[in-house]
Amino acid sequence: MAENNKSLPKRILTYVLLIALALVILAPFFIGIWTSFLPTMNIAKGDLFSTNLSFDNYVAAFTKTPILRYLANSFVISTLTMVAQLLFCSMSAYAFVFLKFKGRNILFGLFLVTMMLPFEAQIIPNFQTVKFLGMLDNYSVLIVPFLTSAFGTFMLRQSFKQTPAELKEASDIEGLNHFQFYWNVVLPYNKISMITLGAYSFLGAWNQYLWPMLTTFSNNSRVIQNGLRQLQSEETFNDWRMIQASAAIIVIPTIIVLFIGQHYFKSGLNEGAVK
Amino acid sequence: MSTILKNVTKQYDQDKKVLDNVSAEIQTGEFFVIVGPSGCGKSTLLRMIAGLTQISEGTIKIEDRVVNDLSPKDRNLTMVFQSYALFPFLSVWDNVAFGLKARKADKADIEKRVNDALKMVNLEELRDRKPRELSGGQRQRVALARAVASDAKICLMDEPLSNLDAQLRIKMRQEIYALQRKLGLTLIYVTHDQVEAMTMADHIMVLNDSKIQQVGTPEEIYQHPANEFVASFFGVPPINILPAQKVSEAILQVNSDFEVTLPHPIAHANVRVGIRPTDMKVVDSDELHANATIKAVEFLGNEKIVHAKMSHGGEVSVIVSSEEVFQPYQNVEITADSEFLLFDVDGKNITNKGAVTHA
Repeated sequence: MAENNKSLPKRILTYVLLIALALVILAPFFIGIWTSFLPTMNIAKGDLFSTNLSFDNYVAAFTKTPILRYLANSFVISTLTMVAQLLFCSMSAYAFVFLKFKGRNILFGLFLVTMMLPFEAQIIPNFQTVKFLGMLDNYSVLIVPFLTSAFGTFMLRQSFKQTPAELKEASDIEGLNHFQFYWNVVLPYNKISMITLGAYSFLGAWNQYLWPMLTTFSNNSRVIQNGLRQLQSEETFNDWRMIQASAAIIVIPTIIVLFIGQHYFKSGLNEGAVK
Repeated sequence: MSTILKNVTKQYDQDKKVLDNVSAEIQTGEFFVIVGPSGCGKSTLLRMIAGLTQISEGTIKIEDRVVNDLSPKDRNLTMVFQSYALFPFLSVWDNVAFGLKARKADKADIEKRVNDALKMVNLEELRDRKPRELSGGQRQRVALARAVASDAKICLMDEPLSNLDAQLRIKMRQEIYALQRKLGLTLIYVTHDQVEAMTMADHIMVLNDSKIQQVGTPEEIYQHPANEFVASFFGVPPINILPAQKVSEAILQVNSDFEVTLPHPIAHANVRVGIRPTDMKVVDSDELHANATIKAVEFLGNEKIVHAKMSHGGEVSVIVSSEEVFQPYQNVEITADSEFLLFDVDGKNITNKGAVTHA
């Protein structure tokens, strides 16, 4: 009790500080959402807190621009990238943890080395390769280079290493082969890491900008982030209401992914396996 | 029809043998306990039988088939781990069915076996729970049910009770014993707890320092231990071992504190005497005749354990009836009956050897 009373002013101060910080961080976000419901006139005049709200902007965004096509492109590419990364990263991580082969550590070292080179540095050779393969302005150019990732392998390897050895031994005695053990035990046991990597790779693909800008030229393969940029330059003057509405639309998947992910980030999911 | 270990040796590096030349025969359908202090190699031996650890030398035969290079699944056995090794993402029912599903058993057959197994360990009510929603004892039962559901006739258990509290351990001990008898399993059970070994085993293998000390029934091991180690490993409190010298053909001077009568002549001049705490006597004494001082007295309800320090060094524990009254620092005289074991200076049991029986 005494301690609670003593810390009351301290707590008030903490909360004031937290609220202030939350305002600073969330205000632009809310202003963005708010203005997406306003006509361009109000935005242009700087009258950001007008109450002249309507869904017109959203209707216009969907009907007057190819935003649906962009969204579909982004969705397909992000989903395929995510699925491929989950599959290939978990398989290679499994090999690094549960298979014993010559040069395992050296190979893993090489994996890590590729992480040290930023993607921007690989853009020119990558571009030449995809151009040579005739993949430009196509879904494949946005997917193939990202089928696997060294980071994903590294992350899952660390996670797989935590799988109790007894589960492997119990599975050996029951006669599971490597694939059965991988599929029936390792993947479910490391569900949280898989979801984390899935969310990470989905959002990574969704938010790509530089690479799609260089390799796609038509609406058929243009992804949403570049489509948004397109809205800004296609018009002679910037139709801010449309841009605001589109920007609001494209953050929705991000929020959904994070909410779904959050549901699974409960602790204690693996309790009771081994004492 | 049995499991035969022949000269089994395990060596991880050149100079250190984890298991040295272990040979034994485990009869089909018996409860076989491998017991020893930690680090004696007992878990390694079990894992070699299971096929989880390679054998360096020697052979292991199961049902007349050499299994040295057979993978674990082809040895047709199940294993219960110390840490249970349950799958946290599966329900109790699915955990028990896991091995059967992996072996692609018939669906109706799986259904029946799993339900029977759960019934046998009293877990029917909890079939849809996840392991994290179970208590330690219940998790242990799931691990047992997994072994029961399998059609394998050999079951290996690696210290399955060491994570449970004392009360539950006694209960599970009885349950495991009853299950083994009911199913006619060949059960190979590893433990460091001599009480578990004594209460459950048909045969006990005592391991120490990577070597077999003795293999025998609980009675044989307790009454005729092969050496000092085996004698002191079994029994609570442990047997009292004191040095002794032969003073005449029939008299041994024990620890220079008291004398015992030899049942038969022995060849050795210097021996070690092992006397169980129940075979010693304590009486109050004056300072002149006392040969020991009491250090502590433990009250156990129906009896008391008296811990005393002998005048010429060494400590002994004696079990007395709970009516007798002793105080710490009291001077007492400790003597022994004719019930005792004799060991030579190397610790080998010579109790009935060197006797002039054939004369």
